Amino acid sequence: MAATAAALQFSAQVSSLNNYNDLYPDWTQREVSTGTTIMAVEFDGGVVMGADSRTTTGAYIANRVTDKLTPIHDRIFCCRSGSAADTQAIADAVTYQLGFHSIELDEAPLVQTAASLFRDMCYRYREELMAGIIVAGWDQRRGGQVYTVPVGGMLTRQPVSVGGSGSSYIYGYVDSNYRPGMNKEECLKFTAGALTLAMERDGSSGGVVRMAIITEKGVERRVILGNQLPQFSTV
Amino acid sequence: SVNGEWRSSKVSTGTTIIAVTYDGGVVIGSDSRASMGGEYVSSRVINKVVQVHDKIFCCMAGSLADAQAVTNAVIHQLSFHSMQMGEPPLVQSAASIMRSFCYNHRDELSAGFIVAGWDSKRGPQVFQVSLGGMVLEQEFTIAGSGSTYIYGYVDAKFKPGMTREECLTFTTNALSLAMDRDNVSGGVVHLAIVTEKEAEKQLIPGNKLPVIQSLE
Repeated sequence: MAATAAALQFSAQVSSLNNYNDLYPDWTQREVSTGTTIMAVEFDGGVVMGADSRTTTGAYIANRVTDKLTPIHDRIFCCRSGSAADTQAIADAVTYQLGFHSIELDEAPLVQTAASLFRDMCYRYREELMAGIIVAGWDQRRGGQVYTVPVGGMLTRQPVSVGGSGSSYIYGYVDSNYRPGMNKEECLKFTAGALTLAMERDGSSGGVVRMAIITEKGVERRVILGNQLPQFSTV
Repeated sequence: SVNGEWRSSKVSTGTTIIAVTYDGGVVIGSDSRASMGGEYVSSRVINKVVQVHDKIFCCMAGSLADAQAVTNAVIHQLSFHSMQMGEPPLVQSAASIMRSFCYNHRDELSAGFIVAGWDSKRGPQVFQVSLGGMVLEQEFTIAGSGSTYIYGYVDAKFKPGMTREECLTFTTNALSLAMDRDNVSGGVVHLAIVTEKEAEKQLIPGNKLPVIQSLE
């Protein structure tokens, strides 16, 4: 199987003048990407995180039920966008580093620490990586926090953050619908609405909406299936 | 800087344009920024909403030179057509003339348009004439670089059959949001409101634009 794929790749490179080559399917020449829509919102007492569930290799949807919300620690999660390989590798490395740090300290790690670790890796290896990550969670010191580490390795805290290819389409919606001081239910509705709108416009986003709510009490996971998404019909 | 890259770029209307039908008319709007190389704002007050006939307007996006050349040609052809027919032209005719220019010169041009207005045959209409020369009639449409940021907003907020006031609020809000996020859109908001009775133009200066809830 691997040999065949390698042979296909080699042949594809030989005829690389022709990008659209009917002999070999598109996905044999493409990297796996989580072209995506991800989002996280702070509220008083925690955070709500959301993501779509589509992973693409070119025009093929490699996974239509992906979970892009990855646990880093008990009350810290990250949303991954960009190259699936890069973000998985970074998340694994940070999970290890944070776990070790937490054991050394003998207490739960800060969300800011997790975000810093992501930033250090994304900045140091910025030329080789294609990763946009949102880190969010709850800690004792500052409650619910959202930090964004976009491509290039900047780190900044924001009350609301959106990322991924689908995020461009919902800046207007997020800017106009976000109000400081929303409660958990309002944040859930806001997140589901924003992700639905992005999934409708972005070809690289779709599937179901996965959400995670992180508070002092722990992590609650939710899924909104395709037929249960909010309706914004303009037809 | 003095030797900025913008000196060797063409003037572009990196822009946000929008046209929305409502119950009885259509609202057409745009921002007012012309930029070069994404760096320098060569004009902060240009009007991208051009009147091509009494009740038909068109909005420009893309290369400003190309857009102006095409628009002038359409004004000329449309007035001639209207005189020949002895009656006001249809919005669809304007869109059709626009499209034939864009399609026949597709390899040389780099401009997209929205054509909107009112005619006695079909009332208020909005047409999008995109880069290669496709024409699409819609109840409302957005275009230009800034439009990507407001797809979510307009999908969520648009309702068919709005009142004139609701439509104006919808259009100005959408433009403000796009102007806040797109660095090559900005300035003031130019509006044109076309109904059976009249075509009215409005300008909303920067400091009178709606302040959308800020994140920080």
